[in-house]
Amino acid sequence: MNPVSTSLDERFRDAAAASGLLDIAYDVLGETPVGPLLVGVTDRGLARISFDPVPELELEQLARLYGPRVLRSRRPVDRVRRELDEYFEGRRHEFDLELDLRIGAEFQRRVLVELSHVAYGHTTTYGALASLAGNPRAARAVGTVMNRNPIPIVLPCHRVVGADGSLTGYGGGLERKEWLLHLEGAIF
Amino acid sequence: MAVAAPPFEVFYARHRDEVLAFIRKRVGGQRADDLFQDTFLRALRGYDRLEHGEHLRAWILTIASNLIVDDARRERPHGELTVEPGTEDARPAVEELAPLTEALPPKERAAVVLRYGYDLGYDEIGAALGSNEQAARQAASAGVRRLRKEKGQR
Repeated sequence: MNPVSTSLDERFRDAAAASGLLDIAYDVLGETPVGPLLVGVTDRGLARISFDPVPELELEQLARLYGPRVLRSRRPVDRVRRELDEYFEGRRHEFDLELDLRIGAEFQRRVLVELSHVAYGHTTTYGALASLAGNPRAARAVGTVMNRNPIPIVLPCHRVVGADGSLTGYGGGLERKEWLLHLEGAIF
Repeated sequence: MAVAAPPFEVFYARHRDEVLAFIRKRVGGQRADDLFQDTFLRALRGYDRLEHGEHLRAWILTIASNLIVDDARRERPHGELTVEPGTEDARPAVEELAPLTEALPPKERAAVVLRYGYDLGYDEIGAALGSNEQAARQAASAGVRRLRKEKGQR
């Protein structure tokens, strides 16, 4: 049995994305300075960035969260790919992307919205973010929200550090947090 | 508990080669590529309403065969059956079956076309029709009887 040619395969994937029938389209960016990234985009916007993706697990999770019509498709991810490339090259300091934050609880969304305002090259603390989200005592909960950030890099949880300036933790591993903060000139 | 349908990517990757081979056996060239794309787009349209993830192979092959039949009808609206349907060794090509079976009730038509045009087993046809093996066998034989009767009347 001859396999489906790449061009026919891509043609179907483009048509599927253009049909508006996908719950979420994704692609894997194989070579970024922080390793492979899976990027997921819905009709509302960028919904997911995952480090070191394990596709089988990742697809199941996307299907649970957004619906079963999950398909790899390059085109819907093009804009995110371009902005990430520019960011990694140091040419972009702000992302100009719609975000799909429908999943998660109200507090999580409030924290992520505040997080989105932390500027390139700057850092803030878990406690400060908790205050901005309306609950100054929730620093620990903010840590959990950061750890489960569905859209790292674009929602810059790497810019959130401990009250004493230590990097504390990162969902994608501390090395990456350090790399991103170096890139932005926030640490030397 | 019924098994949920897998993410569409998994379903597509699992069946795309077979679906294309299935279509290419019956339709040539660019039309085969178009039908391949239409088949999976149609599957995508109904995918979020599937109640379980069983018999997906029969389901996608049925979609493909329905589209092939429709396509053949458009291409050859006055096709004549040249081979007697219903014998194991003389399966008529789908292009010949399609126009002839047009007048059959939908279930019988699907059963006849899947069995004699595409060589699917009755268990798969039953699954594709949302019933069972026995019902599929009955639908196919009722369809063949009806075809013979109609042919005799001409």
